[in-house]
Amino acid sequence: MYSFTDITHWIDRLLRNSMTDGWTLFVEFILIGAVIMVAYALLALFLIYVERRVCAWFQCRIGPNRVGPWGLFQTGADMIKILLKELIRINRADRFLFRLASFMVIIGSICTFGALPFVKGLQAIDFNIGVFYLLAVSSLGVVGILLAGWSSNSKYTMIGAMRSGAQLISYELSCGLSLLAIVILSGTMQLSEIVAQQSEMWFIFKGHVPAVIAFVIYLIAGHAETNRGPFDLPEAESELTAGYHTEYSGIQFGFFYLAEYMNMFIIAAIASTMFLGGWMPLHIPGWEGFNRVMDYIPSFAWFLGKTGFCIFLALWVRWSFPRLRIDQLLNLEWKVLMPISLVNILLMAITVIL
Amino acid sequence: METVEKELLALGFAEVTRSDKRLNVTVPKERLYETARFLRHESATVYDFLIDMVGIDNGDSLGVIYYLSPSQSPERLLALKTSAAGREQPELFSVHDLWDSALVYEREVYDFFGIRFVNHPDMRRIFLRQDWKGYPLRKDYDASPEVNPVPLENEVIADMERTHSITVKMGDRIETTGYIFDNDDYVVNFGPQHPAMHGVLHLRVALDGEVIRKIDPVFGYIHRGIEKMCENYTYPQILHLTDRLDYLSGTMNRHAVCLCCEKALELEVPDRAHYIRTIFDELTRIASHLLGWGCMCMDMGSITAFVYGMRDREKIMDIFEETAGGRLMANYNVIGGVARDIHPNFRKRVKELIPYIRRMLKEHHLLFTGNPIARGRMKGVGRLTAKKAVSLGATGPTGRASGWRNDLRKIDPYAAYAKADFEEVIREEGLTFDRYVIRLDEIEQSLRIIEQLVDNIPEGPYAAKTKAVIRLPEGEFFQRVENARGQFCVHITSKGDKFPYRMKFRSPSLVLVGALKAIAAESKVADLIMLGASLDYVIPCIDR
Repeated sequence: MYSFTDITHWIDRLLRNSMTDGWTLFVEFILIGAVIMVAYALLALFLIYVERRVCAWFQCRIGPNRVGPWGLFQTGADMIKILLKELIRINRADRFLFRLASFMVIIGSICTFGALPFVKGLQAIDFNIGVFYLLAVSSLGVVGILLAGWSSNSKYTMIGAMRSGAQLISYELSCGLSLLAIVILSGTMQLSEIVAQQSEMWFIFKGHVPAVIAFVIYLIAGHAETNRGPFDLPEAESELTAGYHTEYSGIQFGFFYLAEYMNMFIIAAIASTMFLGGWMPLHIPGWEGFNRVMDYIPSFAWFLGKTGFCIFLALWVRWSFPRLRIDQLLNLEWKVLMPISLVNILLMAITVIL
Repeated sequence: METVEKELLALGFAEVTRSDKRLNVTVPKERLYETARFLRHESATVYDFLIDMVGIDNGDSLGVIYYLSPSQSPERLLALKTSAAGREQPELFSVHDLWDSALVYEREVYDFFGIRFVNHPDMRRIFLRQDWKGYPLRKDYDASPEVNPVPLENEVIADMERTHSITVKMGDRIETTGYIFDNDDYVVNFGPQHPAMHGVLHLRVALDGEVIRKIDPVFGYIHRGIEKMCENYTYPQILHLTDRLDYLSGTMNRHAVCLCCEKALELEVPDRAHYIRTIFDELTRIASHLLGWGCMCMDMGSITAFVYGMRDREKIMDIFEETAGGRLMANYNVIGGVARDIHPNFRKRVKELIPYIRRMLKEHHLLFTGNPIARGRMKGVGRLTAKKAVSLGATGPTGRASGWRNDLRKIDPYAAYAKADFEEVIREEGLTFDRYVIRLDEIEQSLRIIEQLVDNIPEGPYAAKTKAVIRLPEGEFFQRVENARGQFCVHITSKGDKFPYRMKFRSPSLVLVGALKAIAAESKVADLIMLGASLDYVIPCIDR
């Protein structure tokens, strides 16, 4: 299978030939940062387009179809509009925290995005505690949301932020516990190693029932982490107008918006990496010919395909279900998902030992 | 009826007359409360449903008519009349402890006529601004803009508004003022511009975390003074205003005014018109219920359901457009019949619609009614007991969901309802889920009515001939119809002119906001919006 390390090593050699090692590192950091941020923004724009088309399809509508072929440039045009919009100054708001909040949200999400193994050989940082890192950085977002709610000096945002705090911290638990089941199975936290171990069989098949349970729990809890329906209480359009980002305008609101879509992508990407083998093709032990055919499909297609499947599930759920109430939301986590995940870890440990 | 008449005559001070099907009782103002309490608690027939309060300017005095009805036999009607002495500081005793609906009705009478109700806990204006000068529905009201200039300065919405009340203790009159909210209440404004307020209702809600402690609705943001406008419009002109009250049941509101005028004129309406009117009413009801269903789902966060509701409603709007020309405002009923004959496609279109809606109802149940989250949200929340529903005057689907039979189509059939076989849908619990599901069940019944009538529309003229200028004979006329939200009533006082002397519409939505206060207390703020949607009030009908 083609590995992207060829290209990255070539660029590295090119830079090293013309400058010192220190400068090479510096330029590479900047290059990687720029690529990640551009990819982040473009992917988010595309996801917004996809969501609008899929949602329209669910709702018997057409969706954006005027700007560009099949309305593809609609979200680009929307982005230009949002960049040109006025940033409204909120009376008696804490202006420093107010501005910081939108950055916190997007920083947390970009940091997570950067550590994902996209394609074979294409991963910015490969920590030996990769899973731990993903969980830690992705929960930075809640700080941003709490700050946004607190600093806006509005009652809607305040209620939204408090709900969000309760929700994200609760669901973080199930998220972590279900990923822990896979860590037990693989024996490592390094993402590249986790993907490599799935070359024989994906973890969702290899881990028997506990892996399937962990996958379902991760999808539910991860969906709740993204603040999207039916878990969109922090925004709760029908009672809190827009929840924690009610008072934001222009690109500051745009940051929240981008982060929401990218979080959806990130959750789907982590799910596909941990359970569905990431960029690894579908291999069935013993079926040599079949495995060879699967290898001809490029790794980015596998990764995007699996992630796209998880995103579609998220959209499907979002556009079919009504919103939960705060007490039902917390009941679901603390009385259902968390006990199941704990038992599931035990089951997984037994499976691994046997 | 006989016994009540005898009992009232035995009181000694009441004058009792009968006109068509109702009893008119006139009492002096000192005896008002006594009579009201007698009718509410002691008489053989318990009049526990206060339909409406109509204020009226009689020239030398200001009068109030209380329309009452027993909840068990709502076809019986009693008009209790009294008048307050003097125009300077007219006062009457409040009856809010007998009927909960009087809380809002008395505020409305105070707002427009300046009659203050002693013992009422909250004598604020209900529709107009608190600093408004004058009482607009009095005949000597000065409407010049200098008296009430439009304020041009930005105003901060005050959480701390004062309430006024008058009580009498040991013969002394005590005027007190209080506050709606305490100083440390966490007051959140829902509205007037808010994505979930269906229109421009403004709710001030005191919250304790997520739990609601107190609700204070503020009305009047789109008050257009339709009742005042009616006094300067001829009857055919008035018809056009009625569609703009409850815009989702415009046809039915218009039907009510037409029926009222036809009754006054003793006009014989052709059968064909009756059939067409009934079919139009039911189509409107289906459209309204579909939208109500969709809005309720949207308020619970399911936008897809809302789009589905809108999509199905669109088919009905198309049928209206073809026959009547208008969509939302069909402008179809006229005094004596309907404006024009039905379109040749009408029957075919309606017959195609019936199986389509039936199929879609199944889909709606599949999408939303059976959804575990939706069930969980609606379960056990917002109980409205039958007794409270009657006391609040919560008619229509809301009352029927609590087990109160109040469907005027069954009780007092008008138009062609007597010719159709259908059921009055009743549910017992009075929970949010009952109010939700009763609307979908009523759509099914409406389809049944249409199915039976659409093939049997008799031939003949579609409207009776009326004079070019319609003058109603002198007298008081009252007509009730069942609109999509409950009993819509029209009261006309005519002095034999081509304009009404006083026109009053009973809005079924106004009391439903009162019901919201009753059922939403101590529930979560997320449920407030859902409960409001389950009552399905329409704001322009409240702010007439």
